[in-house]
Amino acid sequence: MFNYTFRWNQALNSLPQMLEGALVTMEIAILSMVIGISIAILLTLFRLSRNPLLVGIAATWVEIARNTPALFQIYMVHFGLAGFGIHLSPYLSLLIGIAFNNAGYLTENFRGALKAIPDTQTRAARSLGMTPLQAFRNVIMPQMLRISFLPMTNQMVWAILMTSLGAVVAMNTDLYGVTSELNARTFRTFELFAIAAVIFYLITKVITLSARLLAARLFRY
Amino acid sequence: MIEIENVRKSFGPLEVLKGINLTVAKGEVLTVIGGSGSGKSTLLTCINGLEAIDSGRILVDGVEVHAKSTDLNKLRQKIGIVFQQWNAFPHLTVLENVMLAQVKVLRRSKAEAEAEAVKQLTHVGLADKIKVYPSKLSGGQQQRMAIARALAMSPDYMLFDEVTSALDPQLVGEVLDTLRMLASEGMTMICVTHEMKFAREVSDRVAFFHKGVMAEIAPPEQLFGAPKDPELQKFLSATH
Repeated sequence: MFNYTFRWNQALNSLPQMLEGALVTMEIAILSMVIGISIAILLTLFRLSRNPLLVGIAATWVEIARNTPALFQIYMVHFGLAGFGIHLSPYLSLLIGIAFNNAGYLTENFRGALKAIPDTQTRAARSLGMTPLQAFRNVIMPQMLRISFLPMTNQMVWAILMTSLGAVVAMNTDLYGVTSELNARTFRTFELFAIAAVIFYLITKVITLSARLLAARLFRY
Repeated sequence: MIEIENVRKSFGPLEVLKGINLTVAKGEVLTVIGGSGSGKSTLLTCINGLEAIDSGRILVDGVEVHAKSTDLNKLRQKIGIVFQQWNAFPHLTVLENVMLAQVKVLRRSKAEAEAEAVKQLTHVGLADKIKVYPSKLSGGQQQRMAIARALAMSPDYMLFDEVTSALDPQLVGEVLDTLRMLASEGMTMICVTHEMKFAREVSDRVAFFHKGVMAEIAPPEQLFGAPKDPELQKFLSATH
């Protein structure tokens, strides 16, 4: 019944390829966060604009990103857009899909953070002659990003893990994709995925720890 | 010169300013006293355009504050305002708090802004605190920082909205001393305050607001010595 023989050596020989895949995974996660944060800031401004069209765009984005499966979102970017003649590589589809998801969640985080900042901060900035945008950029946004820092770290971890959803668009250069292809060739299923899991775990640990160190440096007030 | 002409302002069904007429000359120190809800704080936020008005007009150096064509951001550079809640920017050091608007709004160079900030912070007695974050300051020190922040914009007018009301009693003195110093230097000021002794000492004129009406305005000796308005008489006997 239990006749699986562990062959760790064989699996470990694939480690260099898997680490290369891990680099791709981190690259996608980091890029998707940079794009996600930028879009989330923009969507936050949309929400603050009181322009019904802009508010509507932001609300729709947040609703879809948070209330549909991430897998579905990535799938739609790849195969959904293809229906309109837009053919994206698996890499780009995965990156855009995760960035889309990040932006939705982060926009909602930013909303919570804004609630914690008193209105009087904007009033003080405006009464010093700042335009609404200057007040947001220089007074509100830095505080918002600080308050959202931990949720942003969580989202970054989530982005790392979401890269495995690249499977659905035949992504084969990230950690999950590389592992999956190795598995198809060698059938060292348990060993390969156990190693991949450890790598995923280590990456996310490094992210949370460095985020904590970074926070201590950034936020001295 | 600040000219307020028949200004009316309502919040919903509540009319908080019922036709205010008032002129404040350059170099004058006007204090505004009155109970809460008398409209005195609202008047200040109308003067720098933070609040809209329903009718009438407010002119600052001949520029109509609420006219559509008026560049409020530009106008506000002339008019410093300090609130009851001092609103230190918590993510910036004391020095950066005072530099920010100078750099972003007045487009001063960093060096220029820093020199001005240090000058103003020294002026209000915070020279040894420039490198710390506001969270390390007492309420009185944060309020003096807010004053320095407004002064660094080189305003022609300063509006003070109950700047000592949120302070612990032992911290009130240091902030009032800062206001006295500004008054003695000839700054044009409108101070909404509950500090009667202060109002008596520094003001050229004192205005008494009651239920959205400016019930009486006179030099302090006259207003405090021989109040005519019955509500003012009641108010003064209650606060003495």
